[in-house]
Amino acid sequence: MKFLCVGCDAVMDYVERRLPGDGTMAVVYACPTCGKETAMLANPMETRLVSGLGIEVGGRSVPAEPLELVRSSVEGLEDPVELGASGSPGTGRVRWSEDARERLLAVPSFVRGMVKRIYGEYAAERGIEEITPEIMDRARSELGLEGM
Amino acid sequence: MSDGRAPRRIRTYHEVADPGAESVVGQVVDQRRRLRDRLARVGRLVAIGSGKGGVGKSAISANVAAALAAGGRAVGALDADLEGPSLARMLSAGGGLVRGESGFLPARGAAGVGVVSMDLLVAEDAPLRWRGPEDHQFAWRSVLETGALREFLSDIEWGDLDVLLLDLPPGTDKLARLIDLVGPPDVVVIVTTPSEAARHVVAKSARFLEESGIREVGLVANMASWSCPHCGVAEPLFAADGARRLARDAGLELWAELPFDPRIATDTDEGLPIVLSAPERPAARALAALAERLAVP
Repeated sequence: MKFLCVGCDAVMDYVERRLPGDGTMAVVYACPTCGKETAMLANPMETRLVSGLGIEVGGRSVPAEPLELVRSSVEGLEDPVELGASGSPGTGRVRWSEDARERLLAVPSFVRGMVKRIYGEYAAERGIEEITPEIMDRARSELGLEGM
Repeated sequence: MSDGRAPRRIRTYHEVADPGAESVVGQVVDQRRRLRDRLARVGRLVAIGSGKGGVGKSAISANVAAALAAGGRAVGALDADLEGPSLARMLSAGGGLVRGESGFLPARGAAGVGVVSMDLLVAEDAPLRWRGPEDHQFAWRSVLETGALREFLSDIEWGDLDVLLLDLPPGTDKLARLIDLVGPPDVVVIVTTPSEAARHVVAKSARFLEESGIREVGLVANMASWSCPHCGVAEPLFAADGARRLARDAGLELWAELPFDPRIATDTDEGLPIVLSAPERPAARALAALAERLAVP
């Protein structure tokens, strides 16, 4: 999928991806010529379709985990809070406080793995050892993860 | 245009896209690379499928895998039937999947067969439920199923295998999905029974495979005959001769005609394939011969 700024006849650049926490996704693109930004809004079905391909819009920041799709997509497979970032390079040592775990469980299950990985990466990149609700708030503010 | 102006030209996707620079394409290429690298260590990829359900694909897969492993070959068995998995039980594999260095390790089943099945991950009596929006499941469900099959192939440390068996769910589309994912397998076994109903459905799979360019495709007729336990005389189990007719019409080799033996079901259900529990029985001998046929190019 490409976004074309019709006025400039320029392919728009990926800027950021936002996951509001309700199963939908917003992806922002900007025209490199005029700077105009456009947001693509995907409904839950479309969002699931994309994540079902095992890809991330905008590119991956960490390599895919083994059986990542299966582990994050099958109900009752394991405690979803224990999945996702647990084995990622650099994020495996990040702990989750009980409060943070409870809050993560409020995220729709089919995007929970992806959301957890985003928080895990945020913490790992900053040397944060434990993810707490306060850390989640900070990450949400900095990364634009409203509702998570 | 009604105002007389020429329609403005908007460039097409192919005019603006640079596949090499696309992050999404790059991720798909990476998925394919991991899949290719893993399968490069597999000597023979053997798919066992059928357009028809209930013809005995899984029991045949379990017995073929066990026969090959008992003969000293390194064998993996992947239960690609995500919705109705049975291979783990039939091969007596359990304990879930343990994390290895570059993926998860297959469970070990009868005769040392490496087994991966959704049964190892989900409680045996629990249906497979995918996480996702309840609306429009048709749109994303098959994508997830294909993704799960891809991960079961690429994210499992299968190791160096002589044979990797894939027990496919019923349906010609499942064969098409597999070929789309990994390319043509080395061998495809189409399982049928001699009934006309099975012949009619399985003929569609045969036709599809004929057009797919797979070099080795063979037919296995399950429940082809019944042997009297007292006198040993074999009689056809079905009045119809659908399997031979299908082989003749489709130009396929009939690789095996397996006699009906209740112990295939009873023993295999207990996790002990008949090729191990009663190798002297005609059905076990036929299955062992089929296994040998599949392992050697």
